[in-house]
Amino acid sequence: MRLTGSEIFMKCLQAEGVHTIFGYPGGAILHGYDVMLDYPLRHILVRHEQVAIHAVEGFYKASGKTGTAIVTSGPGATNTITGLTDALMDSMAIVVFTGQVPTAVMGCDAFQEADVVGTTRTCTKHNFLASKTEDLPQIIKEAYYIARSGRPGPVLVDLPKDIIMGRAEFKGYPEEVSIRGYNPSVNGHPGQIRKAAELIASARRPVIYGGGGIIHADASAEFTELVNLTQIPTTLTLMGLGALDTSHPLWLGMLGMHGTYTANMCMAHADLIIAIGPRFDDRVTGKLSEFGKNAKIIHVDIDPTSIRKNVHVDVPIVGDVKRVLTQLNAELKKVKRDWRTELAEWHGQIAEWQRTHPLTYYQHPEGRIKPQYAIDQIYQVTEEHDPIISTGVGQHQMWAAQYYRARHPRRWLTSGGLGTMGFGFPAALGAQAAFPDKLVIDIDGDGSFQMTMQDLITCVQYNLPVKIFIINNKYLGMVRQWQQLFYGKRYSQVDLEIQPDFVRLAEAFSAVGLRAERSGDVKPIIEKAISTPGPVVVDVVCEREENCFPIIPAGCAIKDIIEAGDPIPEKLFQGWR
Amino acid sequence: MTDPKHYRKHTLSLLVENHQGVLAKIASLIAAKGYNIDSLSVAETMDPTVSRMTMSVRGDEWVMEQVVKQFHRIIDVIKVVDLTDEPHVNREMIFIRVNAEPANRAEILRITEIFRGRIVDVTPTTYTLEVTGEEGKVQAMLELLQPFGIQEIVRSGTLAIARGSKTVPKRDESRLRVAGRKQAVAE
Repeated sequence: MRLTGSEIFMKCLQAEGVHTIFGYPGGAILHGYDVMLDYPLRHILVRHEQVAIHAVEGFYKASGKTGTAIVTSGPGATNTITGLTDALMDSMAIVVFTGQVPTAVMGCDAFQEADVVGTTRTCTKHNFLASKTEDLPQIIKEAYYIARSGRPGPVLVDLPKDIIMGRAEFKGYPEEVSIRGYNPSVNGHPGQIRKAAELIASARRPVIYGGGGIIHADASAEFTELVNLTQIPTTLTLMGLGALDTSHPLWLGMLGMHGTYTANMCMAHADLIIAIGPRFDDRVTGKLSEFGKNAKIIHVDIDPTSIRKNVHVDVPIVGDVKRVLTQLNAELKKVKRDWRTELAEWHGQIAEWQRTHPLTYYQHPEGRIKPQYAIDQIYQVTEEHDPIISTGVGQHQMWAAQYYRARHPRRWLTSGGLGTMGFGFPAALGAQAAFPDKLVIDIDGDGSFQMTMQDLITCVQYNLPVKIFIINNKYLGMVRQWQQLFYGKRYSQVDLEIQPDFVRLAEAFSAVGLRAERSGDVKPIIEKAISTPGPVVVDVVCEREENCFPIIPAGCAIKDIIEAGDPIPEKLFQGWR
Repeated sequence: MTDPKHYRKHTLSLLVENHQGVLAKIASLIAAKGYNIDSLSVAETMDPTVSRMTMSVRGDEWVMEQVVKQFHRIIDVIKVVDLTDEPHVNREMIFIRVNAEPANRAEILRITEIFRGRIVDVTPTTYTLEVTGEEGKVQAMLELLQPFGIQEIVRSGTLAIARGSKTVPKRDESRLRVAGRKQAVAE
């Protein structure tokens, strides 16, 4: 059967089980869009290509299914770069198809030409340039396989116009794929697992430090079993939130720069750090020379390059987190140890930290809304709906991580590694497309939301009823906080007081706009927002100069943690004088 | 964690897919991670779908572990082996264009003879020599010729092959010892 490249492309997408695509058409990809009309694919037309990529990230993270985006050549493709980099940092399985000018004019500065394969080389897990129509099935099969296997990541396929318009014999979608340079390890090495189990069984002050790998591997059940089995106190990274229910008695809170005092102290005082699927990011370790100085470290990760990249590891285990945890739990079940008694002293110390250094804020009953209070209320009101939460980047993101207490995996979407402002709303849009009947909430900042808010119209068009809560302090809050704490309160380019009226803006997009200005408004407005059909934008006007605590200043050791009310040491001053 | 004082030269042998853009991927990685590459040579193998790259990289054990792992992460890289501490032969070829005044011609010829080099081009004022050897030999030759005035050199970069009958296979990843992955390699 001789078919055009575009027909082969669509048939392959169908065979891959793709139902929803986010995209934006253009000259070079026109032929593909023409053929698409004859296939039962749901295409969501975004209003900017960056949104398409963040939406597929949200789609993937919420559903576990590889996300698909299609854009045109040149500017269409270059607008995806931020999203691709974000997906690479946070291990998101997405496949992006870009149009390209015909092969005959590639390299000639043709209209809307960009060297996309060259440009995206370092921001994709792998990329392909299709150079023959008959290669398309193989390339598409490999693209999806690479994106979702091993450590997930973004894959880009560049499709020159003549390749998708040309004809070739279509022999069906390949059933299997074998790439000689790519064989991700799956099972952990049994010897290493035994060593890890021995260390765990003899530790006096162990802590489990879980990361995003648990979510990607769908291993939160095995992870929770490990925690229950060993009674070891557990913390999670920003990307790992949801892997352990936050109501679990051994839950310490998030760790890292804005993590809880207790979680960070556990890391600093532990004699064994059991790292399951994190990557020892600098926002977690702080000063490397001080990190885990007195601890042995076990590190489970599917990506060998993550192991010993930043810190020394005593027992590395390369493998899929789900498989390794199954193996490790089986090994630990053989251990005869009364975990609770043996760890009683450590549990006592932790309870003391939790009692003396809780995560707190104070909301004056008549005062302006504290952002922490607003997020706490969103949690109180919506938790029973088991919603999917996304965030932008900045103070509101950290408060959401602290106070939203995500309880289940794949319910927490945030840009961790790259810290991409403008991520929250498109990610919510993508998650809502994957789960049309679920409550999806974007807890956003006023700065972050303004980066991608044009796509509110996409939500209206496709009836994606995302609820957006803008934690509005009319500042680029996190930058302002750093300027206050570390630059002598010289505020440089952070004031967003001149901003759109978000209620009227929502109305202009035919969405619903609401506003909360006093603390008493917060709860009723949240209730109203979630019971209103369709997309809703809630402008939560907050206390302007609230700071996010605790904070471990960048480059400092965990013990240098600063809590609300602590003086800022002079040595942290970075400004000019 | 790492100190450039303890860096030494490592010879890596890579098998990679022989298609467009693979060299660029390797080069991008080297640039992005800031690795110290002394030399790099690339050519097709007996299997035309596979190319071999031989690379000299400076680093300590920790750096080299990351280098090897990072190269492995590139999907077009089939295999990476650190030959440094394995029995292997390495050679470099160099062309040297040196000033050859009549008074010095005999001496230059003698040096060339000692180093088992060859004269590949002659002009009234210059000789062009070809020498093959390990890095130390090539360096010694260059030092001896320096006083005559070297006009130009062209070096191939190091090429290396493991000794014995074992080949660096295309597949069968887990069997061959890969530098720095001693403990990390899973089954």
